[in-house]
Amino acid sequence: MVVFDKPHALIDVPLHYCPGCTHGIIHRLVAEVIDELGIEGKTIGIAPVGCSVMAYNYFNCDMIEAAHGRAPAVATGVKRADPENHIVFTYQGDGDLASIGMAETVHAAARNENITVIFINNAIYGMTGGQMAPTSLPGQVTQTSPYGRDTKHCGFPIKVCEMLSELEGPEYLERVTVNSVKNIRTAKKAIKKAFQNQIDGKGFSLVEVISSCPTNWGMTPQAALKWIDDKMIPYYPLGVYKDRSAEKEAE
Amino acid sequence: MAKLTFKTDNCKGCGLCVDACPKKLLRLAQDKINKKGHHPAEITDQEQCVGCASCAMMCPDCIIKVER
Repeated sequence: MVVFDKPHALIDVPLHYCPGCTHGIIHRLVAEVIDELGIEGKTIGIAPVGCSVMAYNYFNCDMIEAAHGRAPAVATGVKRADPENHIVFTYQGDGDLASIGMAETVHAAARNENITVIFINNAIYGMTGGQMAPTSLPGQVTQTSPYGRDTKHCGFPIKVCEMLSELEGPEYLERVTVNSVKNIRTAKKAIKKAFQNQIDGKGFSLVEVISSCPTNWGMTPQAALKWIDDKMIPYYPLGVYKDRSAEKEAE
Repeated sequence: MAKLTFKTDNCKGCGLCVDACPKKLLRLAQDKINKKGHHPAEITDQEQCVGCASCAMMCPDCIIKVER
């Protein structure tokens, strides 16, 4: 009996990501959820600009490549054109979603657009070579902050889940990570719920996944996973930030 | 008995599966090099494997198939 194999929604080609990059794990979780919900034939994914720009080579469903940061806007169009027959998800990094695409993200959330957003937060610009991102931690050394991020000069990191949870619009916001088997299981539950919310017509669901970037953090893959525990999670606490259905039920 | 199958040529030798194995049965084969030029992951003692699939869960490149 096969206990574990590559999901059908993930094409059997080698991924271009660096060794130990957790993008591969998150791709697999999304693909597993698509398989389990049986929605491969009607899912449309929106790829971002960033390391995962070539996500359309890896998912077996239809994919669209959006301009930098505009994935939620493209997703809005696709979803509104045929809301009954399509499941739309975006897969975006922190430079894409939290920097150039901030307006699209906030307004899609405020409109409670019925889409699923997978947000990969690795606190750095990966594809362009490790520059400081809007999510880089205070004091974090990057290519453009060689003495550490100085909050007097560069401001503070943006906590996307906390910020969006202040809006009335979004249905579901959760922050998870994938640095251990236990956390991967939690992350999969969150991603599944985000897709299920869309199928049930509940509205905007965003799952923020704390990811690692061993190459640009300048660490081994093992040290990068530990750095998530030691540095990232204290600044970006895991958990559910908004779940309107659960709140309604509690009332 | 559980059985692990590795797509060795897709392995990038990151070693996350090695750390994930609760029974410490995996290693990076220092005497082998795959197409990509990495030391691929391999299992040392197939008999001891219980098929928990922790290694496959951690593998970013989905190269491990677990059968039980």
